[in-house]
Amino acid sequence: MAFKTDSRVGVTTAYRWRQILSNYVFLAPVVALNLIVIVIPSLTSVYISLTKWSGLNEPEFIGLENFNRLINDPIYWKSLSHNVIWTIFFLTIPVFMGLMGAFLLSGIRRFQMVYRVAFFIPYVIASVVNTELWRTLLHPRHGIGAWLAKQGIEGFDIRVFGSKHTALYGVAFVDSWHFWGFLVIVYLAAMYQVQPDLYEVAILEGASRFQRFCHVTVPGIRPTLVFTLLMIMIWSVPAFDYIYLLTDGGPAHASEVLGTYLYNMSFFRFEVGYAASIGVTMALITACIVAIFVILRRRGWEI
Amino acid sequence: MRLRSGRTETTALNHVILFLLAVFALGPVLVLFLNSVKTSEQIAQNPFSIPAEPRFDNFAVAYERGNYANTVKNSVILTAGTVVGVLIVGGMGGYALAHLEIRGANVIAFYFLVGTAIPIQLYIVPLFFLWKIFGLLNTHLGLIIIYCATSSPFATYLIRSYMVALPKEFIEAAKIDGASKFQIMTQVILPLSWPGFLTTGLIVGLGVWNEFLIAVTFMHHPDLKPVATSLRAFQERFSRDWGLTNAASVIMLLPVLILFLLMQRRFIEGLTQGGMKM
Repeated sequence: MAFKTDSRVGVTTAYRWRQILSNYVFLAPVVALNLIVIVIPSLTSVYISLTKWSGLNEPEFIGLENFNRLINDPIYWKSLSHNVIWTIFFLTIPVFMGLMGAFLLSGIRRFQMVYRVAFFIPYVIASVVNTELWRTLLHPRHGIGAWLAKQGIEGFDIRVFGSKHTALYGVAFVDSWHFWGFLVIVYLAAMYQVQPDLYEVAILEGASRFQRFCHVTVPGIRPTLVFTLLMIMIWSVPAFDYIYLLTDGGPAHASEVLGTYLYNMSFFRFEVGYAASIGVTMALITACIVAIFVILRRRGWEI
Repeated sequence: MRLRSGRTETTALNHVILFLLAVFALGPVLVLFLNSVKTSEQIAQNPFSIPAEPRFDNFAVAYERGNYANTVKNSVILTAGTVVGVLIVGGMGGYALAHLEIRGANVIAFYFLVGTAIPIQLYIVPLFFLWKIFGLLNTHLGLIIIYCATSSPFATYLIRSYMVALPKEFIEAAKIDGASKFQIMTQVILPLSWPGFLTTGLIVGLGVWNEFLIAVTFMHHPDLKPVATSLRAFQERFSRDWGLTNAASVIMLLPVLILFLLMQRRFIEGLTQGGMKM
């Protein structure tokens, strides 16, 4: 560094430090916003989870009592199991449809843009609109089921969101209808990065379309595929909108997930301390997912 | 698929399946539009019929009873406020991460990754009480600050990715001319990376227009509610009048659909590049 030979070393390092410090001024607003809105309330939540608090009175410190209650709360475990089902649902059906859609799209030129736009439209529509749309379509007396019954195809005019057997899957279906088109676009972008030569070789060796999909396309987009699977797992923890809007966790907690359980616990049953302990476990689950991903990666898994 | 060797494969099957998938994606949206110009009785008779006499009245009634004149104004304030705020904050942050010497930049990058993974339920309740103390509950500013914060990691990263791609020579030349960091940002970087700002603004704006959970939690004042949460209240109030609630939903959807069709390349590029959200 040229400054080292300078006799006024002290002045120049001070100057350099001021230069570097002034760089942080540009980062200060975004950091401050995240501290105030996300980081500090998140840490506060950890403290609240150790108290009994209605949100109105003074919080009373009770140690790990809320977590003890949580372990013995059957609805908590039910909600957690629904989050697991929700995650598995999203890891399979939309991912399969996304891969299929993208693979088929990568094989055509004409109308490709039209299909891309068509698949993407449900993704830009608000949850409030999408849930209204499907509430009408799946209504037992004026929806698809009732229409099919009139045509002589019985058995579909059921209360999808009102029955405890179908509510969770019904909501997961509506949310994944909104989501799968996004995966098509993500996977399609990744498929264009796969070396075309690999396909040529596969074709020359007589590989069928399905074989090419399994042995060239899927390995070729593996980093993107794994990333989307990770994101689906992370984003399934706070799942809320579609469940809250269609069933609010009902009937009788049949579609309750951690997100809706916590929300109703804090804003309608005023058990803020207990709700915070649910939130802390949700954050821990997310941390575990990220940690497993990082560890597998360090161990040399190519993901 | 067209091959370099000149052989071609039939794509008929691709088109058949893709067409069916497109019907699956768009059919329900089309039915929503059809039902928005029908009466409840017509919907009950056949949800897929094309009405002989479309009732465009539904839109006028829904617009008036849903108080859309007011809620659209509120949503525009929230969307515009957040977009401006996020572009300033994210633009400054993106510039710092792309072109300035930041020690601990990887710590910040790590936070942005982890920060977006934190489930909102962990902080929404304490934030509610914090906003109560600050007097920010039931105010547009309170919502705008939250939206700016939750979308800022995404925005900063997306803007940064556009700025990193700029040629260093421009910045070096400006430095030699004696421009300050702030001048470099506003006069060199900003004019060159405006496509990044446009894309980021569109995606953040879409997110705010559609957002539900934060709006329903932090805004209870009926005159200040955005379209999303007041549409929810409208759906509950007129739950038996399907034509009307479908029309009200179309009013919320229409501006998004038009903007998306006009600028779909930017939307798709930004949403697939800068990360994802469900």
